[in-house]
Amino acid sequence: MWDLCTNALETARLRGATYGDVRVMHLRQRDLTTKNGQVGTLAQSESIGLGIRVLANGAWGFASTDRLTREGVAACAAKAVAIAKASALAKRSDVVLAPEKAYVDSWQSPFRKDPLEIPLETQLALLLAADAEMHKVKGVTLTETSMQFRKIDSWLASSIGSRIHQRKVISGCGIGATSFQGGEIQKRSYPNSFGGQHALEGYELVESLDLLKHAPIIAEEAAALHAAAQCPEKYGTLILAGNQLGLQIHESIGHPIELDRVLGQEANFAGTSFLTLDQLNRLKYASPIVNVVADARLDHGPGLGTFAYDDEGVPAQCTDIIKEGKFRGYLSNRETAHLVGLERSSGTMRTESWNRLPIIRMTNVSLLPGMWDYEDLLADTSDGILMDTNRSWSIDDRRYQFQFSTEIGWEIKGGKKVRMLKNPSYSGITTEFWNSCDAICKFDHWTLWGTPNCGKGQPMQTMGTGHGAAPARFRNVRIGAAFAKE
Amino acid sequence: MKLAKYRAKLAGKKSGSKAAALQMTMPKRRARLSGPTRSAGAELRSERELRGTIETVLHLAKTAGAEETEVHVDEVADALTRFANNGIHQNVSEHVLTVSVRTVIEGRTARATTNRLDEDSLRGVVEASLSLAHSQPTDPRLLSMPGKLRYGRVNRFIKATAKLGPEDRARAVRRACDLAVKKGQVAAGIFSSGQRQTAVGNSRGLFAAYRETHSQFSVTMQEEAAASWAKANAADVRAYDPQKLAERASEKAHLAVNAKELAPGRYTVILEPAAVLDLVGFLFYDFAATALQDKRSCLNERMGKPLFGQNISITDDVFHPLQQGAPFDGEGMPRQRVPLVERGVPKNLVYSRVAAKAAGKKPTGHGFALPNEFGEAPMNLVFGGGEASLEEMVASTDRGLLVTRLWYIREVDPYEKVMTGMTRDGLFLVEKGRVAGAVRNFRFNQSLIEMLKNVEMLGPAVRATGEEAFEMVVPAMKVSGFHFSEVTKF
Repeated sequence: MWDLCTNALETARLRGATYGDVRVMHLRQRDLTTKNGQVGTLAQSESIGLGIRVLANGAWGFASTDRLTREGVAACAAKAVAIAKASALAKRSDVVLAPEKAYVDSWQSPFRKDPLEIPLETQLALLLAADAEMHKVKGVTLTETSMQFRKIDSWLASSIGSRIHQRKVISGCGIGATSFQGGEIQKRSYPNSFGGQHALEGYELVESLDLLKHAPIIAEEAAALHAAAQCPEKYGTLILAGNQLGLQIHESIGHPIELDRVLGQEANFAGTSFLTLDQLNRLKYASPIVNVVADARLDHGPGLGTFAYDDEGVPAQCTDIIKEGKFRGYLSNRETAHLVGLERSSGTMRTESWNRLPIIRMTNVSLLPGMWDYEDLLADTSDGILMDTNRSWSIDDRRYQFQFSTEIGWEIKGGKKVRMLKNPSYSGITTEFWNSCDAICKFDHWTLWGTPNCGKGQPMQTMGTGHGAAPARFRNVRIGAAFAKE
Repeated sequence: MKLAKYRAKLAGKKSGSKAAALQMTMPKRRARLSGPTRSAGAELRSERELRGTIETVLHLAKTAGAEETEVHVDEVADALTRFANNGIHQNVSEHVLTVSVRTVIEGRTARATTNRLDEDSLRGVVEASLSLAHSQPTDPRLLSMPGKLRYGRVNRFIKATAKLGPEDRARAVRRACDLAVKKGQVAAGIFSSGQRQTAVGNSRGLFAAYRETHSQFSVTMQEEAAASWAKANAADVRAYDPQKLAERASEKAHLAVNAKELAPGRYTVILEPAAVLDLVGFLFYDFAATALQDKRSCLNERMGKPLFGQNISITDDVFHPLQQGAPFDGEGMPRQRVPLVERGVPKNLVYSRVAAKAAGKKPTGHGFALPNEFGEAPMNLVFGGGEASLEEMVASTDRGLLVTRLWYIREVDPYEKVMTGMTRDGLFLVEKGRVAGAVRNFRFNQSLIEMLKNVEMLGPAVRATGEEAFEMVVPAMKVSGFHFSEVTKF
């Protein structure tokens, strides 16, 4: 692979590139699903190719190919340079990159059990057993389960001399039970909706989830939701379970801090950000108990945003995003770091595959744990609603106004969960919401949740991001707007 | 687009994406090849080469013991020039070919995919497919593969699009950016072009192939705190003028400055086609027979009964001149024209072979590549249109809102089909038949079923492109009683 990379970089240099980085990536994936007791998807895929990014005449070009021969790679590099020179026809200024050292390194994400080595019969048997457990429950009309496993090898070489190999093993698993009754569809998922939990782990992730224990619980809840009370409409106290809070963090903190978005580079598609540059170190983003970091280091946990080096060869780092409520940092890369006074990129360039350009992405954007025991938090809440497991999510294109709904809610009165609620939803303005946070549970209740398919960029690419969260409480939140009666 | 990737988008939590919100997987489009085997400017392999690859794999699979084999070959050669802050900031190209193999053995089937074409790798992907197939229980629903079939003809490979290069795109972008600079605005967007082809063949003699070109220009113009947007997408790059799109977005961005805040509530809205598309696009999987069999469609217990207004008719028609995509499905079955809704009554569904057998119906050629759990979906929706222009809709409105597009649309209630999302890039108050000024963006929570009962006027159906749904042929609509629940800060 290094010979191919060297060939690509040398071709680019000879054609007039002043900088280049090249990635060869080999991706292997296995997908299994069941539905209503039958195997649904059963597929394995493999893809290998090379992508090269170059600067020529002060502008970027990128090309990719799966023809991994000397000739194929050289043609690809030449194309990238030609594209860069075309870009220069419509540039406003030359690209300047923050300095970075060259690294020669190799890294593998830790795992105990290679999921691609676990017999397929074992994996299917578990899914079918979980499916069957859910299907036994009266009122359940649809049962679904899934597992997804990925192994990604990448070889990054750059014209500054970096040679970095990384291997990541990623696992994901989830189950869901749906009930259709009386003109209503209700669903419950475990451990999270839309594919479950995903992490930079091996098959031990699946084993840790104890699917067979949780399958009947969520099936019973799906059926029971029809008879539950409708979530009331009001301004009130809201407790978010960790899985829902992870998505709240993703949408209302993770995306607005992407510096490329702030600088207008995503304006045509994903939008911009309310976090204009003048807000840095000034905006009271959240209440003083809120601390958020973007941490790609393995120390933070085996999250979907964990790696050793980003995809332009910058080592993984931890960046303060919100510190005691104040806005302190963006996600940056070598091209944008200097625009916010940084000497160095914060290492957040990531690419989905060999045929996609690296762009600024979330790593693990996490709410640090607080001080509360979960049971104490509930006991301390005299009148509130607990919401669990996302069902719908939506936010405006500057990341201000959002609305979420969850699969299930619980009314809390006098410190106790008193009844199940259906169709819970809440909405608000990002900074008002985060400033209303008055309690965060401690590390015992903290999970590094995985969002496996964050979409961004043109052409679109999807990326896994991590979000550590423990349950937290928010005051005076608008509840129930999605189902409001007018 | 690859099944797994599209599936991820659809289920994904993201900034917002065309497929992501639809919570479905979509097949790669397949079509019968029409036109020469190697067109001028084409980077794609010839049909002969595709057929050769398929035959090689079929032979390897037979040798390995597969009882039946189906092979898909998909090739994409795409380029995209991206601009922001009045200059090109990203400029990319890709060329990807995948070979996907499904084998059947003893009543079991599985799929394996690779992008390596050497014989060892093709042998490996066959063995992977067989190994996966062996590892699962038998599937009582599994049908024998279809044999040779005939397909309708479509020709969507346009040389002018195939020949478009990076300098062409850069010059068009430069003109749009220069306009922005001249107007004191900031331009962002994309200009993309490419070609793709797909072929499917199986061990029972079926073979189908299709190729098409595609192009797209999308531009956002920002002025102070305001923005507006225009976009077009077509197989023929000559079907639209990027500079005219830029001028339109520029004009609307200027009008959108100094937006006032209105109170949330129910309003009459005039939805431009992109806004209509990104809403009604969420209905597509509800017309899948498998979705009804799974009891997760909003059409459960509603088929054959009046559901929408009488002015709503919807067909799935891959042969419509404004549509793109292959005239065959994931198993190589020919796509049929299917009238889904007639005068407000949902009449028909689409069926994969398996769903058709379960329902006692004929397959309609809308199945996804097997194995999958979603069955099928209509991919070429065409709404019936009317005669009213946007100007006429505005002139007829005493008080309402003119909506450019909608954003981050997600499903809140799957049975009443309540969707939430935001307006974006130009929301204008209409009073006494005239556009009166810009207003701040709203969040909506609106049932699509209710909305399609309240359509007062329809424009001509056009090829619409947005960001939340795949392209369809839909009209602009004037709708009464559209529910805006909250307002944002801009």
